[in-house]
Amino acid sequence: MSIDRRTFLGVAGLSALAIAGKSSLVVLAQGGQRKAVTGIQPAPRWAMVIDARKCEKDQGCTDCIAACNKAHNVPQFPEPAHQVKWIWKEPFENAFPDQGSLYTAEAYRDVPIPVLCNHCEKPPCVRVCPTKATWKREDGVVMMDWHRCIGCKYCIVACPYGSRSFNFFDPRPRIKELNPDFPTRSIGVVEKCNFCEERLAKGERPACVVACREKVLVFGNLNDPGSEVRELLRAHYTIRRKPELGTDPNIFYLV
Amino acid sequence: MRDRGIILGGLIVFLGVITFPVWYNLAAGTTSKPPDLKLPTQENNCVAPVEYMRTSHMDLLMDWREQVVRQNIRTFKAFDGKTYTMGLSQTCLKCHTSKADFCDRCHDYAGVKPTCWNCHVDPTLAQRSKA
Repeated sequence: MSIDRRTFLGVAGLSALAIAGKSSLVVLAQGGQRKAVTGIQPAPRWAMVIDARKCEKDQGCTDCIAACNKAHNVPQFPEPAHQVKWIWKEPFENAFPDQGSLYTAEAYRDVPIPVLCNHCEKPPCVRVCPTKATWKREDGVVMMDWHRCIGCKYCIVACPYGSRSFNFFDPRPRIKELNPDFPTRSIGVVEKCNFCEERLAKGERPACVVACREKVLVFGNLNDPGSEVRELLRAHYTIRRKPELGTDPNIFYLV
Repeated sequence: MRDRGIILGGLIVFLGVITFPVWYNLAAGTTSKPPDLKLPTQENNCVAPVEYMRTSHMDLLMDWREQVVRQNIRTFKAFDGKTYTMGLSQTCLKCHTSKADFCDRCHDYAGVKPTCWNCHVDPTLAQRSKA
């Protein structure tokens, strides 16, 4: 049996069309349910809303700070230059230098505002890290791998919020109560808030959020339109720390 | 053959010097007997066969570290089908309760100084600090 060139090309073209048509038919038949085809859920984007109006009522309260320090073996150094801070309180005019004016700052002067790592969408610390010891996770957590940190402190210089601390001394003797479930750090390593990623992995909220009796700190997923944080952001006017720098922080403040 | 005494004497001294480490260790009682490890009693199987753990536990721990910290994968499927949470202080030391009687004995014997414990907490240490 012989086949001429014209028939061969015709049959080959029709077959290719049939194969291509079948796969597009399969996709169309599922009616655009892309989730079912790929099985991939959109990654969460973790964020926090801090209600400074509630927090200012009890300015001496340190429940969130104490819970974090205990959960993460954060060492306590008396010398301000050596302090290691994950979540701490900063006077309003220091936390929001761009918000201050001669008149509006009056109501908030010296009011302590809880501050922590902003888990920026565009984190400058990640850009400068030479060893990729810090990176942006898909769920928005700016994560650190302390195994890989060489202590060059570039990230400390890059972070515009002072959220990163360096261990100038061995932190072990400075930890009040050792928590065996979380590692300490060693001398010469940078550390910062990890958004309680070890708790997120178990489906729990961060330790500071759970510890706050006044529910000042609200944690949630920005990619979920029904989440509590999205609800708060919809209903209220919120500010972020130094948004003009373009780091796109994921910590929002109600003032 | 007048030098026989010198030659034989020299040979004996030579053999004595070259086998000195053996005599020294015998005298000091530090023979080549392997370290005496305290094995957990409540569990029969580790997360991998014993032979693998003996030679390659450090590779396994490095894999765990890579997966937990950098890839956010927390569970490990063992060779016998059991699943474990990956964690040095949480999982390994749950059975091997004493770092001093297990990890340290072998590491001291082999003369290696792993840096794990610079940061990871020995639970017995945490209990002591509480008491």
